[in-house]
Amino acid sequence: MQTDPLLQMRHIVKIFPGVLALNGVDFTLRRGEIHALMGENGAGKSTLIKVLTGVYPSDGGEIKVDGQVISIKSPQDAQMHGISTVYQEITLCPNLTVAENMFIGREDSVWINRKDYEKRADEILSNLGIPARSTQELGNCSLAVQQMVAIARAVDMRCKVLILDEPTSSLDDKEVNMLFDLMRDLKSKGVGIIFVTHFLEQVYEVSDRITVLRNGELVGEYTVEELPQVELVSKMIGKELGELSSMNEPQDSEAEKKEVFYEAENLSSSDALPFDFKIRKGEVNGFTGLLGSGRSESVRAIFGADKVTGGKVKINGKNVTITKPIEAMRNGIGYLAEDRKRDGIIADLSVRENIILALQVMNGILRPISRSEAESYADEYIKMLNIKTASRETPVGSLSGGNQQKVILARWLLTHPEYLILDEPTRGIDVGTKLEIQKLVLKLAEDGVSVTFISSEIEEMLRTCSRLVVMRDRHIVGELKGSDLNQTKVMQTIAGGESKDEEQI
Amino acid sequence: MKRFKALAITAVLALTFVLAACGKSGNGSGPIKVGVINNPPSESGYREANVKDMEAVFSAENGYELKTFYSIKNDEQLQAAQGFITEGVDYLLISAAETTGWDEVLTKAKEAGVKVYIFDRKIDVDESLYEAAVISNMAAEGDTAVQWLLDQNLPEYNVIHIQGAMGSDAQIGRTGALQAQFDNGTMHCVVQQTATWDEAEAKNIVESVINSGESFNVIYAENDGMAKGAVAALDEHGITHGVGGQVVVMGFDCNKWALRELKDGAWNYDGQCSPFQAQIISDLIKGVNTTSDKIIINEEKGFDATTITDSDIEKYGLGE
Amino acid sequence: MKSKFKKIFAGGLGQLTIPLIAIALLVIFNLIRDPSFFSITFSHNNDGNTIIEGNLISIINGASELAILAMGMTLVTAACRGQDISVGAAAAIAGSVFVKVLKAFSVINPGTVIFAFICSCIVAMLFGCFNGVLVAVFKIQPMIATLILYTCGRSIAYWINGGATPNVKSHILSGIGSFIPGIPIPTPVLIVILMAVIFMLVFRFTSLELLTQSVGINESAAKLNGINSTFIKLLSFIILGVCVCVAGMIGVCRLGLINHETLLIDVEMDTILAVAIGGNNLGGGKFKISGSIIGAYVIQMLTTTLYAMKVSSTDVKAYKAIVIVLLVVIGSPVVKREFDKVVRNMKAKKKSVSKGAAES
Repeated sequence: MQTDPLLQMRHIVKIFPGVLALNGVDFTLRRGEIHALMGENGAGKSTLIKVLTGVYPSDGGEIKVDGQVISIKSPQDAQMHGISTVYQEITLCPNLTVAENMFIGREDSVWINRKDYEKRADEILSNLGIPARSTQELGNCSLAVQQMVAIARAVDMRCKVLILDEPTSSLDDKEVNMLFDLMRDLKSKGVGIIFVTHFLEQVYEVSDRITVLRNGELVGEYTVEELPQVELVSKMIGKELGELSSMNEPQDSEAEKKEVFYEAENLSSSDALPFDFKIRKGEVNGFTGLLGSGRSESVRAIFGADKVTGGKVKINGKNVTITKPIEAMRNGIGYLAEDRKRDGIIADLSVRENIILALQVMNGILRPISRSEAESYADEYIKMLNIKTASRETPVGSLSGGNQQKVILARWLLTHPEYLILDEPTRGIDVGTKLEIQKLVLKLAEDGVSVTFISSEIEEMLRTCSRLVVMRDRHIVGELKGSDLNQTKVMQTIAGGESKDEEQI
Repeated sequence: MKRFKALAITAVLALTFVLAACGKSGNGSGPIKVGVINNPPSESGYREANVKDMEAVFSAENGYELKTFYSIKNDEQLQAAQGFITEGVDYLLISAAETTGWDEVLTKAKEAGVKVYIFDRKIDVDESLYEAAVISNMAAEGDTAVQWLLDQNLPEYNVIHIQGAMGSDAQIGRTGALQAQFDNGTMHCVVQQTATWDEAEAKNIVESVINSGESFNVIYAENDGMAKGAVAALDEHGITHGVGGQVVVMGFDCNKWALRELKDGAWNYDGQCSPFQAQIISDLIKGVNTTSDKIIINEEKGFDATTITDSDIEKYGLGE
Repeated sequence: MKSKFKKIFAGGLGQLTIPLIAIALLVIFNLIRDPSFFSITFSHNNDGNTIIEGNLISIINGASELAILAMGMTLVTAACRGQDISVGAAAAIAGSVFVKVLKAFSVINPGTVIFAFICSCIVAMLFGCFNGVLVAVFKIQPMIATLILYTCGRSIAYWINGGATPNVKSHILSGIGSFIPGIPIPTPVLIVILMAVIFMLVFRFTSLELLTQSVGINESAAKLNGINSTFIKLLSFIILGVCVCVAGMIGVCRLGLINHETLLIDVEMDTILAVAIGGNNLGGGKFKISGSIIGAYVIQMLTTTLYAMKVSSTDVKAYKAIVIVLLVVIGSPVVKREFDKVVRNMKAKKKSVSKGAAES
């Protein structure tokens, strides 16, 4: 690894109205390294990246590439200096071919004919080991391949600095590994990669160095070896992790004795194969399995989110029909959907309106919640869940991810559900909020609410759930409780009895 | 409900055709076969009357076997004409959608011995290809109306001129004569605006003049609907109109309801745009009348509120 | 004082800023052009009623149909993320039914008028339903779905009218279309106020506003919160149907005749414009009915101004287009962003100046 700095950012300052978003932050990227940029939401990661890519003008400091001071005023400038970004959301056109996506909108693309660029695209793809053909329609490729095509596009534009912003959040483990291989390959070719992610394990798997930001300030730069995971977390949230470990005990199966709240037999939907499931009052259970194992589809079937095709459902021992969300809600079930942006928030509406939404729907169109009532509900939950918002009238879309998630939680808590389904409530949100949500789940269970908790981080589930339903290939393949609730056992069950990948999540 | 109504109307129409067809076949002594090609009745109130008139005159009782085809598309009309010739009609009556492109078909008609009459609109073909063209003279309508207006001997002429859709035959014809008066200064144009045949727009135009405080004493609207819109504006602002009123109201087309307004003295003048060419053509076919003129101008009247009679309304009024 | 000013520019009036500024500019322009433009006078109409008249009244009166349609259109736009372009044609149908039913009675009295109104309302709601089903159930883009009725609506009206332009004469109808004896304000204006109040009450006593906005902003999330989005979209079209019927009825009553070819011709585009000028996002979501109503008055004021200037009515459309392009561009997010930037810079400068002053 060469060690001369490829990119140096010195004393970067960025001020938003009323907020000092970056306060003299330094950042150094070397040739051929993967450098993780870590921090809670609001720490200044995205701001730093947006300054680097010319989305925001900086209010102070200097940026050097290869020792030369440069000024970046627009994304085009950044690209000219060899700085490319691949965002979390795919920003390519799914209805064009891979090759078209790689060459569209580039200055030199006008003069290249189709045959030529398809050939060039294939060369690049095979060079980087990306399993796609240039003539394929991008939309037909898996998300991971789409992401890789985006990277290939960036690489082909002679990029020296590649920024990957949450590239793995919608990929499954296999795809993540493919992406990591590609990253390592690029690294060996001398590209400097800035890697932004919420997945701590992934940081340790692939990165060389870590820079931690907190509250717009630099905490420090470390090599991976000198910063164990626990310390990283404590640096990010700025406190020691006593709390985290204290919760790290499997829940006792006291709940076993309580009565069953919800019971489904052979429940199936357009997306979920028939399954049996029950949950007791005050129990926290989890659905686990790889992405695509059917865990989300199953809980959606419970809530009636997809077309229910069969099965018997009992609530408190009585037969009920739940084929639509509203029926589930009337039966005391709440569902926090997996995709916060797509299925959760109503971005343009205020925090207040988002909080009362589900209760209002249950009340029906003819019984509106009055403005003053709504305001007091909103204030109550903003306080209870410690939602950080300028006011209750702020559009929810302008809140950070974690706070958006809390708003949706508030929405469901306001309906006083007896059974709350939380599908990936902690994905893409900062560590502090994650902890708060986990605590809330346990608190709800204490109050007798049944909770189904789904998370990609098995550790998190082990911490909160007293029972884990394990799914593989759209079937339930096991139920773990008590002493079986440990990472090894979960991994074995997910993988089908073999325990070769204990380390990976 | 609406759909039911539409269905009912369709059914009734179909029934009428069947009955008509039966009537014809029953008439053994060889009726005169006439093919009429026209624009669809939905085009306008004028066309509706025109089509009804054709169907009434060329009826089985009058000794005709009538075939009709209605379209606003010239090529469809051409095809239909071809079809009628092949079917062996005796006479072909055409109101063409477009003035060009008819040479070939009319030549074929001539070769097949089918006699052609053109009605309503002229076609650009050699005169030898048709017997006669019975058409309206829109400019004459305007001339008649403006002459009537001059005959009123008003002390001054401050005219609000509400035009039809710009560029249409009716607009050009009805505007011409009045424009000439404006140009040579015998009449003063307060405002000249197109309302595109829209009643509400006509009302807006008059209202804006009223609000501006300019005086006017004549409203010359190029159809009945726009005259009605103009009158609505007058009524709202307390300006009297019609016989003995402050403002002279003139309209065109002779809808029955408009003629009744005239009879009531609410309007002063209504110019006819006669859709009734069928009788003239029938008379020519049957030899009741003969003429060597190729162009026959359909005589068009102008009605004055002081002289109109109920029988005029019945005879010349369009619609119900 | 200063902060108030600042607040207005920082979006204190929010989406109403642009249409209100537009109205203000038009008023100023007219006052300069002709100081008596907005004078209002009392006079008598031909029925002997005392009435008020003047350009201002003409504007407010003339915009009535547009304002009513814009209210309904706002709701459809918000819920369905698209517009209904068949309102003019549907109004022609509703008006035709209204006249048809009235003509079926030998006498016209309040009872028969109400009955005719209810009939035409039902028909308009059914056609709204037809559009709504295409949009909500079959997921056809609103503009495409309503293109069907846009194309055939006036033909249907033609069938109902039997091709003629039927006339109805009655004091009740002229009462609806112009003035009720004893009330100097044009009745259509009163109807607009009534409709606006009804909308206000509906939003006050139902949760329609919240549910509609939710469906428009994020349908997927709305569904998962138990909202029947199909119903909400359908409802928006049915409500628009009522608006269409009222607008059609006013149009008929103004003149006492129904001309299916010209009744509310081209009104659909003006309606959509009114919604847009009112600062509503044509891509759905958050909305303000008041904005659309003001938008309707902006359009009408523009038209009336141009007429008063004796601009040929063929040219009016071109001038309207110029002004509307300006309004829409000024209201666009790009301009807003640039404007915010300028304001921010000014603020920053002011701050640094005052700081400097304090230091010295």
